[in-house]
Amino acid sequence: MTTLFIEQCLNGLQFGLLLFLLAAGLTLVFGIMDLVNLAHGSLYMIGAYFAATLTAWTGSFVLGALLALVCTLLVGMAVEVIAMRRLYGRDHLDHVLGTFGLILFFDELVRLIWGPEGLSLPLPSWLNTSVTILPGVQYSAYRLSIIVVSLAVAGFLYVLVMRTRVGMLIRAGASNREMVGALGVNIKLLYTLVFGLGAALAGLAGLMQAPILTVQIGMGENILIIAFVITVIGGIGSIRGAFIAALLVGFVDTLGRAFFPDLLRLVLAPNTAATAAPALSSMLIYLLMAIVLVLRPEGLFPAVRK
Amino acid sequence: MTGALSVRNILICGLMVGLVLLPAYVRLSGNIFVLTLFTRIVILGLAAVSLNLILGYGGMMSFGHAAYLGIGGYAVGILAHEGIYSGFVQWPVALAASALFALLIGALSLRTRGVYFIMITLAFAQMAYYVVAGLARYGGDDGLTIYKRSQFFAPLDLTNKVQFYYVCLALLFGSIYLVYRLVNSRFGLVVQGSRSNDLRMRAIGFPTYRYRLVCFVIAGTLCGLSGALIANNTDFVSPSMMYWTRSGDLIIMVVLGGMGSVVGPLVGAVAFLVLEEVLSGITEYWQIILGPLLLLVVLFARGGIDGLLSKIHAKVAP
Repeated sequence: MTTLFIEQCLNGLQFGLLLFLLAAGLTLVFGIMDLVNLAHGSLYMIGAYFAATLTAWTGSFVLGALLALVCTLLVGMAVEVIAMRRLYGRDHLDHVLGTFGLILFFDELVRLIWGPEGLSLPLPSWLNTSVTILPGVQYSAYRLSIIVVSLAVAGFLYVLVMRTRVGMLIRAGASNREMVGALGVNIKLLYTLVFGLGAALAGLAGLMQAPILTVQIGMGENILIIAFVITVIGGIGSIRGAFIAALLVGFVDTLGRAFFPDLLRLVLAPNTAATAAPALSSMLIYLLMAIVLVLRPEGLFPAVRK
Repeated sequence: MTGALSVRNILICGLMVGLVLLPAYVRLSGNIFVLTLFTRIVILGLAAVSLNLILGYGGMMSFGHAAYLGIGGYAVGILAHEGIYSGFVQWPVALAASALFALLIGALSLRTRGVYFIMITLAFAQMAYYVVAGLARYGGDDGLTIYKRSQFFAPLDLTNKVQFYYVCLALLFGSIYLVYRLVNSRFGLVVQGSRSNDLRMRAIGFPTYRYRLVCFVIAGTLCGLSGALIANNTDFVSPSMMYWTRSGDLIIMVVLGGMGSVVGPLVGAVAFLVLEEVLSGITEYWQIILGPLLLLVVLFARGGIDGLLSKIHAKVAP
């Protein structure tokens, strides 16, 4: 039981960190460009497809993943230059519709290029093992490496945003974009870079999740909605909020799915519990969101008002 | 003000008369497919009209409107599955369930605005989707077949395609009239005022939260009716009818038709579903055309089709 609990906690941590990568890009783009990007999930999907193809092509998982990351970054920047740039400063409804159009486009494009069946991304043998993390507790080496990589990326983001010149410009752009432009910063380039960064983060999440799940069309959409829940809980535009909310949602969702049915069996008749459990445990994160909304409508860590 | 005999008004009257006369055309040409297509258009048009009440007039960008389609549909489906076929039970239950869901979701999400509102309505609708997909007793992911349509009094038979079409059309016209009366009433003016400037409306003493919530519930209830009709039209309900892309489709219909008027969404529904039919006839990968097209509409045709038609009028007779 304790072994299972520790394992599920680690799974929750891994899922939460993965969600953070996705939510960070979403909240970064929203905080700086004031853009609601529904197509963020498509970039997640594209990252996974690139990784599956490029790994098969190069024969190396790490090389394939790195190339896929670069490709997703480039796709993200291209999308920004071609489409997103024209949506800044528009109504949020325009963002929603325009990026919804992009989702339809990307889903169909992927179907056209890779076909309707999903792909699989096999792990190299050195990652497909388990390691002993505590005496008597084994854990998948791959999931552990996801945790390590995500934490490293979170640290990198922190240093990038808080300690570098580019980060300073990003923060300045978030609080007053006209002023930053007036001071002679190439705001267009900055936006393209930020969007590309968000896309690369989504792609990274997608390609790391790919060996665990199948790579398929629409894979980005379900997880996108969870990323929305996270940004709402954490406060839109706040990376710190996204980090904490992502961990919270990761734990609640994973532990809820693992242990909620057992808890329910203590209260309800076994038959009723078995029927209600899957529906109820998938509701947990939304209930969490509802509670946060009642207590703090602006989220846990609202970004500083402009 | 647009005059009574503008190009736009004539075209819209033409559309409505066309919808009424459609079964006669079907009888003459024997083209049953057109009737099937337009029954779907009329039903989804009703959903789009209801969405426009909150989206266009209320400024509430709900991205979860398809949830009511599912709730209304499943109310009919579940009751039929349990052996209750009377429409006098099924439909009120469908409406009440949608209203209740709208009340809960609205009460929470109307505490926020803008982007939060979009994301929250989306998330709650997706929650409803997962709950329905988890109902193993009622088919879960695979959906639920309905063996008998809702039963009303003797001459009315929903299995008759023409009769069913007219029932849907009558409900659509009734809803358009209802929305028209609502938005031109004091209630509607308060809701529209709150869209423009909520602070000012509250300052002059309107409890806008309540007004907006009631508006949200009315829209949800109307959409639940549309869901009950879909269930009867397809004899089948599945979670996919409330998947979030369906909410996106409804928003497209509203924006494509034009948010500025009560009938705009109906025009949008006709345009969108006919376009879908035409494009999917051209290529299997029709969404690759639809997606960029949508982006172009957003960028260059903000007022939708209705807006374009009104502009024609402005040019013809300024």
